[in-house]
Amino acid sequence: MAHAHAVKRYTGLLDWLTTVDHKKIGILYLFAGFFFFIIGGLEAVLIRIQLWEPMNDFVSAETFNQLLTMHGTTMIFLAAMPMIFALMNAVIPLQIGARDVAFPFVNALGFWTFFFGAVLLNVSWFAGGAPDAGWTSYVPLASPVYSSTHGVDYYVIGLQIAGLGTLIGGINFLVTIINMRAPGMSFMRMPMFTWAAFITSALILFAFPALTVGLVALMFDRLFEANFFDVSQGGNAVLWEHIFWIFGHPEVYILILPAFGIISEVISTFSRKRLFGYSSMVFATVLIGFLGFMVWAHHMFTTGLGPIANALFSIATMLIAVPTGIKIFNWLFTMWGGSIKFTTANLFAVGFVPTFVMGGVTGVMLAAAPADFQYHDSYFVVAHFHYVIVGGLVLGLFSGLFYWWPKMFGRVLNETLGKLFFWLFYIGFHLTFFIQHFLGLMGMPRRVWRYLDGMGFNEMNLISSVGAMLMGLGTIVFIINMIVTGLKPRNASNDPWEDGRTLEWTIPSPPPEYNFAQTPLVRGYDAFWKEKMEGKNAMTPAEPLGPIHMPSPSILPFLMSLGLFIAGFGFMYHNYYIGIGGLVITFGCMFFRSVIDDHGFHIEPEELQDKGVKA
Amino acid sequence: MMNRWHVLKRLMPLLAGMVLLLSACGRADLSTLKPQGPVAEEQFGLMKLTILIMVIVVVIVFAIAVYVIIRFRRRPGDKSIPVQVEGNHKLEIIWTVIPIILLVILGVPTIQSVFGLAKDYTKDPDAIQVKVTAHQYWWEFEYPNLGVKTAQELLIPDDAVISIEAKTADVLHSFWVPSLAGKIDTNPAGNANTMFFEAPKKGVYLGKCAELCGPSHSLMDFKVKVVDRASFERWITAQKAPVALPQDQELADLLTNQCLSCHAIGDKGAQAYPNLTGIGSRESVGGILVNTEDKKYDNEGTTEENLIKWIKDPQAVKPGNLMPTVELSDQQIEAIAKYLAGLKLDY
Repeated sequence: MAHAHAVKRYTGLLDWLTTVDHKKIGILYLFAGFFFFIIGGLEAVLIRIQLWEPMNDFVSAETFNQLLTMHGTTMIFLAAMPMIFALMNAVIPLQIGARDVAFPFVNALGFWTFFFGAVLLNVSWFAGGAPDAGWTSYVPLASPVYSSTHGVDYYVIGLQIAGLGTLIGGINFLVTIINMRAPGMSFMRMPMFTWAAFITSALILFAFPALTVGLVALMFDRLFEANFFDVSQGGNAVLWEHIFWIFGHPEVYILILPAFGIISEVISTFSRKRLFGYSSMVFATVLIGFLGFMVWAHHMFTTGLGPIANALFSIATMLIAVPTGIKIFNWLFTMWGGSIKFTTANLFAVGFVPTFVMGGVTGVMLAAAPADFQYHDSYFVVAHFHYVIVGGLVLGLFSGLFYWWPKMFGRVLNETLGKLFFWLFYIGFHLTFFIQHFLGLMGMPRRVWRYLDGMGFNEMNLISSVGAMLMGLGTIVFIINMIVTGLKPRNASNDPWEDGRTLEWTIPSPPPEYNFAQTPLVRGYDAFWKEKMEGKNAMTPAEPLGPIHMPSPSILPFLMSLGLFIAGFGFMYHNYYIGIGGLVITFGCMFFRSVIDDHGFHIEPEELQDKGVKA
Repeated sequence: MMNRWHVLKRLMPLLAGMVLLLSACGRADLSTLKPQGPVAEEQFGLMKLTILIMVIVVVIVFAIAVYVIIRFRRRPGDKSIPVQVEGNHKLEIIWTVIPIILLVILGVPTIQSVFGLAKDYTKDPDAIQVKVTAHQYWWEFEYPNLGVKTAQELLIPDDAVISIEAKTADVLHSFWVPSLAGKIDTNPAGNANTMFFEAPKKGVYLGKCAELCGPSHSLMDFKVKVVDRASFERWITAQKAPVALPQDQELADLLTNQCLSCHAIGDKGAQAYPNLTGIGSRESVGGILVNTEDKKYDNEGTTEENLIKWIKDPQAVKPGNLMPTVELSDQQIEAIAKYLAGLKLDY
């Protein structure tokens, strides 16, 4: 046979280290992201224990600042981003009828750089103290003069390595969605989650380089005595704020747009109804992505940019409410007239809508600059961004996990435990954060290690801490659910929810490594639903059965990222031999990747069998 | 339709309750919800307008959501396929245009207020000019036109506009007196900021640092003390008057060598660290230990007790601050504290 190449197949641990299969990489992203979600959650619980009573002594002031910094950094970069990538990896190629992402090797590289960056960042806990200048890492507090430990070094280097992974992933999904759609799947027939992933990837492409530039500049300040942000040497501290938020604000939309996509899929499926106003949903997503780049200075109203900047950024920020409102009403009217089934996935999705509205309206309140002078850096802001990130993104992620879990693992998560998890988490969430709006309005600044007694803050902080415990309890129930479900047989059908509308529900759960034995022909929006309504239970193939070209597994992405990890350590401690040694590993691997031809291998038609990835 | 109005009517008391709750929240000297001056008043007005609009939005969305969730839930065994609606142009235009109208209602006063609050009083001879310099973790207040410098406590008259020029000596901080005015960041020199406020009611207001600035960020409190014009004038005079060192020569030497190398008292000492002139009349020691005869909480005590606590172990009170633990006997510390507590200004 002309196509047959000998291919090395790995098993066990080595299989996971060398995989380039998007489904396995999705699982890796999921477990790594969830692991850091637990770490970040524990940090949050410690914060709430410290604040449960006034003048508490539970942790020291230094530790508290490390906790709040690492909580924010971990949750945004190491928990939320990878869990989004987990779902994008697990679902996007299936939704567009592709056999993998455009660059499977690069996909693995993206995961491993994220992973090693994340590990590097967390090693700081054991190496003399974590970063403590806030996840925003404002200078001069993060400059070498005022932060003499290695904490912020871990932040700048860890995030550079992890950010590399995110950028790689973003580019990969852009190319995948543009190039690899099945025949007939025009842009305006793409499922909403695919659209959201597409726009998010575009935002990543433009936003993450800004962060990288800022981190490199800060790294030069810290490690090599440069003066980008050192005022006494002609640098500028406000410059960091601009760079950070030019990245930081789009980052918020990078996080929330995938959640919008998930909610659109879940609500539509469990209402048995087509998404209301699909084209306006697409338009709104694009508009939010675009406006997301125009509003960064609303994080800086109190920096003193002057009334013209404040006025412009106020109005620009308020404008985002319009496309967001369109989405909210579209979701409500998708449910209107539908037949709504309250699975755990849908509970999270339906719970998302009012919660996110509350986060959204406080966002508009914050947009009014003069009022923001009062809200800014108070607990009101803490409440606001937790409503959009936890009440928005995290509820969306859990909704997506329950919805696509059978597709990823072949097992449907336990619904009873799932609903218990939802109610604990949802009630805990509102208990924790609703009250914080009022704490902020009553004059409690954010990022405070202690508050004095007699300020009127006591009861509300206690309630907030109790809520946080409930959220923790809910998460434990979810972990139990994962274990309990994992012990059950893998018996999920192709379309376990029975109301699936998109291509991923046409193939086995979990799908075979080539996904589609024959690329499907897409004949409209909600491709699978359209076939179902015409009485068919499978897609019409767009090609005859034939050999399927597959990429070879490779250990190189792992080694390249390991090299960066080693180099990071070397440069941080000014040991240039180790630093350069690490880079040699990375560039050496790149060299081998470039010169060794790897044509992948083919799966012949007679070998095709519907067996899934192991989980 | 009647039915839905009924729901709205039932929600009205809830709305009224929310407004009441808002206005009842917090201490008058700390809460943004109980503004004590025109600037905070204006900001509170804008807050109320936005809250009102947003509560309306939330109520509408919640009402639709609750209705939809109850009315359209799937009955067991229901296999029917709902009508697949693609969209509705009329509805979609409605929920695009109405938010735009709401934003215009909100945007116009926002813009007016942005420019109104950016008014520059730094050249106004009638305004009290104050240079605020934030340090890790204390506040320096200089009255450049009056030749006075003080720390931790901003004393102002109740009949003038206070024009603030804020900057930092080290890392970013943010100057915030919630009941009088919103905050402004203190940037390193070159990006100094200005703001203004008025405080027509006499009293003491709590100020906070609102930007993460290090371990003691949460303890970087200050006070704004509002007095009448005559008191203010007397205070300025008293601040400038020479201060006598203690009679006891040993104590005077101790003070000169140990304290005045960093701090100033009246015309003596160095200016790099908090000015101690009139520290006996202040509301707190170190900005965080509240002086009171009627001790209720851990951070309270008489001025003398607080001074002793602070001098003995400054790091225990405010971790990471620059005040060293000075090698002094308990007796010496008590003597210094007694002297400092007696440094009262007559105003």
